[in-house]
Amino acid sequence: MIKSRLNIRMSGLGGQGAVTAAHVMAMAASRDGKFAISNPFFGAEKRMAPAESYCRIGVKRIWDRGELVYPDVIEVFHPQVITLGKSYTMPFYSGIKEGGVVVINSDMPLLTKEDQKILNDLNVAVFYIAGTQVALEVAGTELSTNMTMIGSVAGITKCVSLEGLDGALQERFGKKFVASGGTATLDEAIRKKFAKKEMLLKKNLDTVIRAYEMAGEWAAKNNIELAVAAA
Amino acid sequence: MATQSSVGEKNKAGQTITDPWQMMHDAERTPCFFTGSEVIKEALRRANCDIMIAYPITPQSEAAALAGELFAEGFIGDYFRGESEFAVMSQCAGAAFGGARVFTTTAGPGTMRAMENFPMWAGARLPIQMIVTCRGINSPLSIQPDTLEISYLLNTGMLVWHAETAQDFYDWILKGYMVSEEPDVHLPLALCCDGFFVTHTKDMVSLTPADMCLPPYDPYRSPVPCMDMECPPVRMMRDPFIMKSNYISYATHASWQQEVWAAVERSRKHTVRWLDGLIEVENPGAEILLVSSGTAVSQGREAKVLLEEEGIDVGIVKIKSLRPWPGEEIREATKNAKHIIVPEFNVTGWMAREIKATIPNSERVYAGPRVCGGMTLPPEIIAADIKTLLGIKNKALAGRGS
Repeated sequence: MIKSRLNIRMSGLGGQGAVTAAHVMAMAASRDGKFAISNPFFGAEKRMAPAESYCRIGVKRIWDRGELVYPDVIEVFHPQVITLGKSYTMPFYSGIKEGGVVVINSDMPLLTKEDQKILNDLNVAVFYIAGTQVALEVAGTELSTNMTMIGSVAGITKCVSLEGLDGALQERFGKKFVASGGTATLDEAIRKKFAKKEMLLKKNLDTVIRAYEMAGEWAAKNNIELAVAAA
Repeated sequence: MATQSSVGEKNKAGQTITDPWQMMHDAERTPCFFTGSEVIKEALRRANCDIMIAYPITPQSEAAALAGELFAEGFIGDYFRGESEFAVMSQCAGAAFGGARVFTTTAGPGTMRAMENFPMWAGARLPIQMIVTCRGINSPLSIQPDTLEISYLLNTGMLVWHAETAQDFYDWILKGYMVSEEPDVHLPLALCCDGFFVTHTKDMVSLTPADMCLPPYDPYRSPVPCMDMECPPVRMMRDPFIMKSNYISYATHASWQQEVWAAVERSRKHTVRWLDGLIEVENPGAEILLVSSGTAVSQGREAKVLLEEEGIDVGIVKIKSLRPWPGEEIREATKNAKHIIVPEFNVTGWMAREIKATIPNSERVYAGPRVCGGMTLPPEIIAADIKTLLGIKNKALAGRGS
């Protein structure tokens, strides 16, 4: 299904980078020439407490903002969103649109038969990715888990390009100092100073790309078609 | 604008003092993808502000902290953190009495805590600008958006504007000083937005050049003398009228209150000029009009699109200024409307009440849909309410948690 707007709800836990993920997605979409809006919702800023963020991407000016009640895509950043109900609503998939996609960061299935049936009836596909393991493997830190969530939704829907994401990550974490692809010509002192940051950017992008490929393969294999119209 | 023009000169930060009209209308704009908090910082950078006084309270804390960075960069004359919102607003008064251009930000319970100061600011004719990033004010505690606090500001004598988007916010911060510092106005401005929906949302905003700034505040354009213990606007500090209970004392207070509200009225012409009208109307011929302010307008715009897909024609009236209140404009815009829908982000529906008190045949007003306590108002809900009002059947909407 090609949509004029894709609504993405990211349900995570405090400290996982769900807020950053939505902003990076929106920044990437904006760089790609699409319209985008992103915003977070959270209570007290506390680790492991439920936190949500929302990213809307489309081909026309977007006014809608705030909690996304009727998403096309839901991303679950942590199994506890489902297993402990650390979601803004129960069940975590409430409001999902027909033909939508759920992405879950888990190395094992988490849905009950009942939940699976409801999602099947709505023609909602579920993609499991062991995002935390992927982040540890590729970036060497579980802090990059949010990059696997970004990569997953981008890989399935192609709503943002990898170039857009690369640029957005630099804008968010590297400012003008670092650019992947060796385009940055920084003098020795600055390179020394920002060597760590440069590495962080590269590894995060690598994590995005790994998840993008995994999710893309899954989508192709399962004939999942959910995309935003071209800008 | 100033008694002595400083246009063309540089300020301490090295920015060129620019004619405000030219800066806001003719200068080249750069699109940026920013959060509302970042936008507050960027507007403040260009506001040639003498002092910003801060106190942390979500959702304005980020903006207050970013203002601190601006101070460190040399774009604000002075910056410090007060001991509470009450202290901050009192300190803002002190700075403004002393002839400074003052900026501050607050939200929700902070607005309520500082409330005593606002009629005092207005009465003392202090053109302070206060950003209000609205949030819940009730107990149990909430940090989420809710516009109830705006209703408390409406009768303080302050100018009250309600920004819909980060772009409004950017432009209105700068334009706000131009209106509130006019000698025939010289009143504080509460520039409100819906917290999180604007402050924490990344959106596209066009900024004026960073090397241009507003002319500095000229305290000699004040209609009352700068702070002087011997000649305050009324002698507040020494020999105050509260010590007396007689006709002269009552008449002084009465005439001064009337003068404050006359100044609010006099701001109308400047506000119309700078904001290009107190309201903005889209599709004025429609029989169904969505009338509101802030994020409720944005959600209404999305509902309009949904309804149009079903062949239902809807118009939008965006109210930009709440004080002065655009009564005449609203009467004109709604004169042919059969249904006037007023979506709101608060429990009491103060906006619907204001509109009902303004127009003839107020039974046309549908006071809703309303959400509160931090809830989002999905466009689908607005569209569903309108269809119900028209007697059209709705498909059941799955709510979150239903």
